[in-house]
This record gives sequence, structure tokens and C-alpha cells, in this order.
Amino acid sequence: MSEVVLHELVKTYPGGTTRATDEVSLRIADGEFMVLLGPSGCGKTTLLRMLAGLDTPDAGQIVIGGKDVTYLEPRRRNLSMVFQSYAVFPNKKVFDNIGFGLKVKGVPAAEIRRKVEWAADLLQLTPYLDRYPAKLSGGQRQRVAVARAIVVDADVLLMDEPLSNLDALLRLSFRAELKKLVSDLGITTVYVTHDQVEALSLGDRVAVMRDGRIVQCGAPVEVYANPADEFVGGFLGSPPMNFLSGTVGGDGAELHIDFGGQTMPVPSALASYQGKQLKLGIRPEAVTVDAGETGLRCAVEVFEPLGSSTLLTTDVCGQPLKVTAPASFRAEPGERLWLRLPPEQCRWYDPETQLLVEAKE
Amino acid sequence: MTTTLPEIDRRPLRRRQWRRAGVQVACIVITLFMALPIVLIGLTAVSSSAAFAEFPRPFIPSGFSGETLTSFIEATGTIPALGNSLLVGVYTVVLSLLVGAPAGYALARYAFRGKDTYQVFMLLARALPIVVLSVPLATMFLDAGVYDTVFAVTLLHTTLAMPTTVLISASVFVSVPTDLEEAARVFGCGRFEAARRVVFPLAAPGLAAASIFTFVLSWNEIFGAAVITLGHRTLPAQVLASLGEAPQAYRFAGGFALILPALVFILVMRRYLVNMWGTTLR
Repeated sequence: MSEVVLHELVKTYPGGTTRATDEVSLRIADGEFMVLLGPSGCGKTTLLRMLAGLDTPDAGQIVIGGKDVTYLEPRRRNLSMVFQSYAVFPNKKVFDNIGFGLKVKGVPAAEIRRKVEWAADLLQLTPYLDRYPAKLSGGQRQRVAVARAIVVDADVLLMDEPLSNLDALLRLSFRAELKKLVSDLGITTVYVTHDQVEALSLGDRVAVMRDGRIVQCGAPVEVYANPADEFVGGFLGSPPMNFLSGTVGGDGAELHIDFGGQTMPVPSALASYQGKQLKLGIRPEAVTVDAGETGLRCAVEVFEPLGSSTLLTTDVCGQPLKVTAPASFRAEPGERLWLRLPPEQCRWYDPETQLLVEAKE
Repeated sequence: MTTTLPEIDRRPLRRRQWRRAGVQVACIVITLFMALPIVLIGLTAVSSSAAFAEFPRPFIPSGFSGETLTSFIEATGTIPALGNSLLVGVYTVVLSLLVGAPAGYALARYAFRGKDTYQVFMLLARALPIVVLSVPLATMFLDAGVYDTVFAVTLLHTTLAMPTTVLISASVFVSVPTDLEEAARVFGCGRFEAARRVVFPLAAPGLAAASIFTFVLSWNEIFGAAVITLGHRTLPAQVLASLGEAPQAYRFAGGFALILPALVFILVMRRYLVNMWGTTLR
């Protein structure tokens, strides 16, 4: 267990023109579960591979537990890793797969047996120890990969999209299991994923990446509630955050935003945007349908019952707005509704920089 | 309630059956074409020399007899030549794997400048006829003082086998996922140890197939061996040298002895051989 420091890491792959990671700095506390989240090609896997020592950074520094490991070989870093493809050795039985790291390090056989049995018990693999991986299901193979990673007393546990090859149901159950397992072990963990639900549910903190940079890093709830820019708001959440463009108008005392026919009050802290474009960001579940026929008028375009809730795609002055309504809610396409957008749930974004504009007094 | 359905049209099904039958017949014809000489040689080799003169040759040999084979084996030079062939074959396999497998690994795992050129360049050795290669080689070996030795033939055969060894082992290593190697490295292995513990065991069947290929290539190679040896001939070179004066029985027995190892190896390695070229039989 150790603190991990990534300092201004730069990596350009041979033949590549853009930087896979662009001066990325990140500090991961001892015992913390850090999730690197981003779309494919954002540099999250590159960052993990540099941390593992499988790729060498062009510039920057990596420190694990106070020791510089920037150019150290993978085997001397005392890490363990779970691969997306599981990377379970097909020529070794489950027992030897789990005990691989211990055997390579020359741990006595009795100790290996004790630890492998402990890990197998934890991951419900005990009946399969004598089998070859080919005889296991995908979920079981992933368990073997996790067991192999936890038997070695590594300083840092790295996981590269470990759940993405599992089917949806298995992913859900294993996610919870994984969270419990890692928090019980208390090991510093770096987890790479492109699945925002996984990121929110697992991480102590989430680092959202885009184009080789960390856009925002914070607690899942914080990142979800206050996306630092439009990209984060659009990437996190399903359905993602809504954005409505408008022009700020009004006098000094009271500001409002005009979406193209309909207006809504704007916090006075945004007075500098008077006469300029501004974007409103709001989560679909923050919007409520107002029975009193006040608020923003919209036309229902699509009505989708999702079981636990109902998703409405509406049109506000020609701009799409998604609304999550209760499961019992009924509406017909073409129907007019009035929406309430609670001011405390509204986030404001500069259309040019796409960054969050602080609207608090 | 009954609705009238159109009559089932079985013609497409029948067409397909005919086509399949045609393919089967073609396979049988080709197999017979390939197998007939082997069968004839085999039959003659285990028949007595009296039966040998019969025409048309009966498919079931009139009498089994070790006479032909025995006379071949007892002929001067056969046993030493057999030994030479085995030695050259084994040495060639070992040497070409030692040099070729790491080259194949490099081709499979690393991107380097001139990689494609290198791959094409390697095939160049096979583009030259062996006769053209072996004459200058013979003078070089004479100068170096290794002419007419097992070592010289091994060198020649290794050169000939190198392109296939490198290219086949490259495709074998490509089929071993990089992830597995990286997992081994993260869990405490250096590059060599990762190769020894994980990559090599997984590549072994494919490399074995490549070796068999190399062995058969060396076993069957005749022109080069005939040019660069005189006293220490390999079996094909020996048989070739004796063809002129030897009785017909000797020729058939010699041919049979040359075919046998190739047949046995192909039988044993059939699965890997098919695998090697990227398709799976079953």
C-alpha cells in the first residue's frame, strides 16, 4: 500500500502525431480507489501502462511509495494488474495461475498453497483449482485474474477495464463484489474504464480524461453534480446532462436567459455575460414536470418507458431537452408540457471555453 | 382451417447434393493421384525381387519379403549415409531454431525500421536455385576446410530452412497474446523469464511443427548435399550417386526409405501443420 504520484507525464507513441498523455499529473492517496474514466483514445490506458512500467514515458516522473520508478522494469515495481482480456495463462491450471506471481518471486510452496487457497476461497474458485482456464466461463476466468492479482502483496493494484468483457448481468454483480473485495484489502487501486456507471459506483475519486489530459478529478458525486466542462457533463450520466443555449438579457437588477422565445432567470453573479451567449446545463432527473402550467413550455417528441422511470425527449424552443419522469408518468408525442428547472440544479457554461462558470455569490 | 402452401421445391437441395458429391469425387481422384506412386514404391520395397518383375503389378503383393529392403540396407554406404542424414536433420533443426526463432519473435513483437524489407529479403535465399547456391558454397567450404562434412551440409540446410523457420515462428509468436507476456512481466518476470515461463510453452507446438518441416526439408534435400559432399553423403545424395549402377530393387527400397520419415512426420504433425498456416482442421 503506497501513495502514487504521477508528475507531468508525456507520452507520444511511435508514429503517432498527438500526445497520448499530455503532461498528466495525478496524486493518488495511500489506499485510495482511483478511477480513470474517459472515451477510448483519451490516454487512460496509456497512463496505466506507464504506471505499470509496460510503456516508458517521454517525459515526467512516476513515484510509488516515495520511490522513483519512472524507468524501472515492471517486475521491480511490486504491482499487480488485472487485464481487460484477463490474460490468464492457458497452459497453467487455475492454481498455478493464481500462484504465478508468488512462484516467480520464490515464495515457499506451502506459503503459496495457503495464499492461493485463501484467494480462491474469497473469489469462489476453490472447486476449479485443478482445471485449465479453457474449461472455465468468462466470469470465472476474470475471477482467476483478480485472484492472481490479490495474492501478491502488491503496493498498487492496477485494473484495465476488468469488467468490460463480461455480460451485463455478471458485470453488475461482480462490480459490487469487486468494490467490497478491494475496500476490505485496503489496497491503493487504479482502475481504468470507459463506463461512467462503473466509475461512479467504484471510485473514491474519479479522474475524467479527454485527449490525453485530465479534465476533472474529484469524488464521484462531486464530478456528477458539478461537471467542470460540457464534455464531463455529457460523458457522465445516462442520459447525459442537457445543454440549452441562450442569450443573457435584462437589466442590472434582474438577469434572464432567452432560449429563443422563452426566458428563465439567471443568477446575478453572471452579470458579465449580459448580452452574450450562455449555456445552461441540467441533469434530466433534476427537471420536473410542472402540473401548474408554469415554467418552460416544451413539446414531447419521444416517450420511452424504462421500467424504473420514464424518459421524455422534449423540444424547448427548437433545442432538445431530456427529462426523467416517474415510471407512472404518461404523455403522448406532440403533447405540451411545462417544465420546472430548479435554480440550485442549474449549471452554467461558457459556450466558447465550454467551462463551468461559477454562479454562486 | 387449411391454407394451401406451394409445393416444396427440392431442386436447390438436390443441386447442393450433386455439388458436394462432385467435390468428394475430385478429392478422391487427387488423393489417388498423389498416393499411387507412394503405394507402388512401398509395395515394391516389401516384395521379393521375383514379384518385382510381374506386370501388371498386383495391388496385393504376392509375397511379403524383406529381401529388397535388406539388400538396400546392406549395400555399401547406406548405413553411414542414413546416420549422416539423421545427424544433418537434427543439427539443422536445432541450429535453425536457435537462430530463426528469436528472429521470428522479433518480427512478431517489435516494430523496427526496414521490417518489411527484411521479411522479403529473407525469402531471397529461396529464390536462387540450390544448384546455383551450392557451387560457390562448395568452393567456400573447400577454402574453409569443412568440405564434405556433416557440418557443411548442416550449414547449407540451415540457410535453406531459415526463411521458413523465421516466418513460421513469427506467425506462431504473433498468435501468443502480448497480454500474457505483459501479465508475466508485471507479476515478476524479466523479458527472458516471461518468454521462458509463458511465451515458449504456448509457442512450443507451433515451433515443433516448424521443426518437423525443417527436418523433412533437410531429409529430402538432395542437390546441395550431393555437391558439397563426396565421402560423407546424406541418404538422398547416396541414393542419387548409386542410381546408375544399382539394381531396380535398390532404387525402390531407397525411395521408400526416403519417403518413410516424411510420411510419419506429416502424419504425427498433421494437426500442427494445418494450424501453422492459419487454418484449423477441427
